[in-house]
Amino acid sequence: MSAVTTSFPNPAAEWRLPYRGKVAMACLIIAESAIFTIFVVAYLFYLGKSVTGPTPREVLETPIFYTICLLSSSLTIHLAAKCLARGIGFAFLGFWLLTIALGGLFLYGTAREWYRLIYEHGLTISTNLFGTTYYSLVGLHAFHVTAGLIMLVTVAVFGLSGRVGEKHSGRINVLSMYWHFVDAVWVVVFTVVYVLGR
Amino acid sequence: MVSNAIPIPGTQIEARPWVDELHQWVTTVDHKRLGILYIASALMFLAIGGVEALIIRIQLMRPHNDFVSPEVFNRMFTMHGTTMIFFVAMPVLFGFANYLVPLMIGARDMAFPRLNAFSFWLSFLGGLLLYFSFVGGSGLYGAGSAPDVGWWSYAPLGARAFSPGHSSDYWTLALLVSGFGSIGTAINIIATILCLRCPGMKINRMPLLVWMNLVMAGMVLLAITPLSAAQIMLLIDRYLGGHFFDTQAGGSAVLWMHFFWIFGHPEVYVLIIPCFAFTSEIIPVFSRKPIFGYPVMVAATVCIAFVSMSVWAHHMFTIGMNSYANSFFTLTTMAVGVPTGIKIFNWIGTMWGGRIQFKTAMLFSIAFLFQFLIAGLTGIMMAASPFDWQLSLSYFVVAHFHYVIVGGILFALFAAFYYWYPKMTGRMLSERLGKLHFWLFLIGFHMTFDVMHIPGILGMPRRIYTYEPGRGWDTLNFIITIGAFIQALAILVFLANLVISYVKGARAGNDPWDAWTLEWSISSPPPAYNFATVPTVASRRPLWDLKHPEDPDSRYE
Repeated sequence: MSAVTTSFPNPAAEWRLPYRGKVAMACLIIAESAIFTIFVVAYLFYLGKSVTGPTPREVLETPIFYTICLLSSSLTIHLAAKCLARGIGFAFLGFWLLTIALGGLFLYGTAREWYRLIYEHGLTISTNLFGTTYYSLVGLHAFHVTAGLIMLVTVAVFGLSGRVGEKHSGRINVLSMYWHFVDAVWVVVFTVVYVLGR
Repeated sequence: MVSNAIPIPGTQIEARPWVDELHQWVTTVDHKRLGILYIASALMFLAIGGVEALIIRIQLMRPHNDFVSPEVFNRMFTMHGTTMIFFVAMPVLFGFANYLVPLMIGARDMAFPRLNAFSFWLSFLGGLLLYFSFVGGSGLYGAGSAPDVGWWSYAPLGARAFSPGHSSDYWTLALLVSGFGSIGTAINIIATILCLRCPGMKINRMPLLVWMNLVMAGMVLLAITPLSAAQIMLLIDRYLGGHFFDTQAGGSAVLWMHFFWIFGHPEVYVLIIPCFAFTSEIIPVFSRKPIFGYPVMVAATVCIAFVSMSVWAHHMFTIGMNSYANSFFTLTTMAVGVPTGIKIFNWIGTMWGGRIQFKTAMLFSIAFLFQFLIAGLTGIMMAASPFDWQLSLSYFVVAHFHYVIVGGILFALFAAFYYWYPKMTGRMLSERLGKLHFWLFLIGFHMTFDVMHIPGILGMPRRIYTYEPGRGWDTLNFIITIGAFIQALAILVFLANLVISYVKGARAGNDPWDAWTLEWSISSPPPAYNFATVPTVASRRPLWDLKHPEDPDSRYE
């Protein structure tokens, strides 16, 4: 076997390739973006096509506070990852738990909004086209937030038991890529549903 | 060449109990075993889908035939289409990608071996779920069994009102599940190619097969996902009372068509690009020349991937889009022909002046070239929207896409089988049976699908379960059915060849074709760890450099 290797000329001295986790997460984000695009297209296409009410203008309220929560959680997870890379475990945990709290707050906001829509305005997924597209688009996003939160909590459990260190920095960065993506999607969903859609 | 298998003490060949062996196959995360599992499951579904095709053809053999009922006929064409695309073509191509990509880039395994196993079992169980509909499809409604609304399940046919029972649910879930499997595999292929190449394997030195699988995987990310999204919407419609495709509540049936074909057309290229990949490896080796125009081949592949994302609505010319949309999709569809033409030119350029060896793999590759060209030409015909208005939903369309899928994809796949079977099993496939397979299949194929264009032009619609005599379709349909049986016979010869050669075939050795890519540098079948030491490459043809140290490629690249 050694015959094979030695006879290839110029063994590369420096051979660096990207981290597989990052590449895979980037691919997942591309794929997820395509899924969200289809749902956003459906939402925009069906704007104003509902045969019966309620309409978005009548019932939607802009969730500014909860949006700020979610967007700032992008900042805190970034800081957490940075702290971990520098080996400041304490600060990492603090920012990490803050991220979870902000994400949880956002989900609570979504739940409040859905409760209000269902019980006060009688808008469910089967009421009209607006209901169908609204709940599926916002719900798809909320599902991704939930999945992210489960992963964040898993890391937090390991972190609290003192098992997350500098060597996990690469993986934490991958997870934070996902979280940034979830936030970026919310910017699009927010614009489409609460700004353009009304 | 020295054998690369290093004997490890204590693991010498000793027959394990079959339960052990089975357990190893089920729990494996080895890319080679998973590749073989993918291929084997695809062959199983090929046999099933083939039988469905034969049932369709027997029913249409003569007018007013009553071999099967109209309901069963609908199930057969739906299941045939769904099976062949999602559970034969995709898995078999993923299987080859799984097997070959790590070997060609000098890697130990895929980037995520467990994700790889997970993806395989998702797509395989998706297939079983689809076929479970024969048992569980009627549910409590007693309404039909397998899905019967066509492989694209146009709205409102997929809605609860028109597809009662669970048949469409099985269809939706099977496609959703196997779609997630495909996305997992695509992510894995990309991560493997970008992150695990051996030293010296720069991106412009990768074998074309690796390049094209990279492009294919990228397309899967963007093409399969819209289908998954549409399936989720259909599930919401069917289970939660949503109105996405419910026209009575303001929903749109056309939107489903768009979503389906945004997946559906790139899917064709997802399937054909790996076949380009096989051809780009096989033709140079049997022409004894390096590939002609490597950078152009890569550029053309990427170009096809881009353009093919914007051609989907050529499947929808007859629904009444406006003239701008019609013109746009006509133009983009014709534009795909340009990079494809470049590829065909390059393959011919590779053969030109070469010392061509007409092994079975090469025969299939050459047939692929001709047939894919013709398939492309009928494609260009139908890209012209007025022409499509005349022939859409006729047997001309059926003939066209079977020319692509059978004449193109399946022929290239057979070439790949004959070329890489020795690597996978350590045995050569019989050339005698191989040539018999080739000629039988070639004759059967042309009898069926050349002839099938004519009833289409004469106005025979697709998906009809029978027809009136005396319209000039009778003899043609009879010939088509005979051709289908000749193809089935050829497939039997092929399967027999796979089995017989596994037992009795000549030993392959490391490098039976005197080829140039890394997988041929190790033993056949390769050891579990692939490369005992990580290879280093300096050109696009590492084994050429190794065999010809006096005149290596690296000197010219």
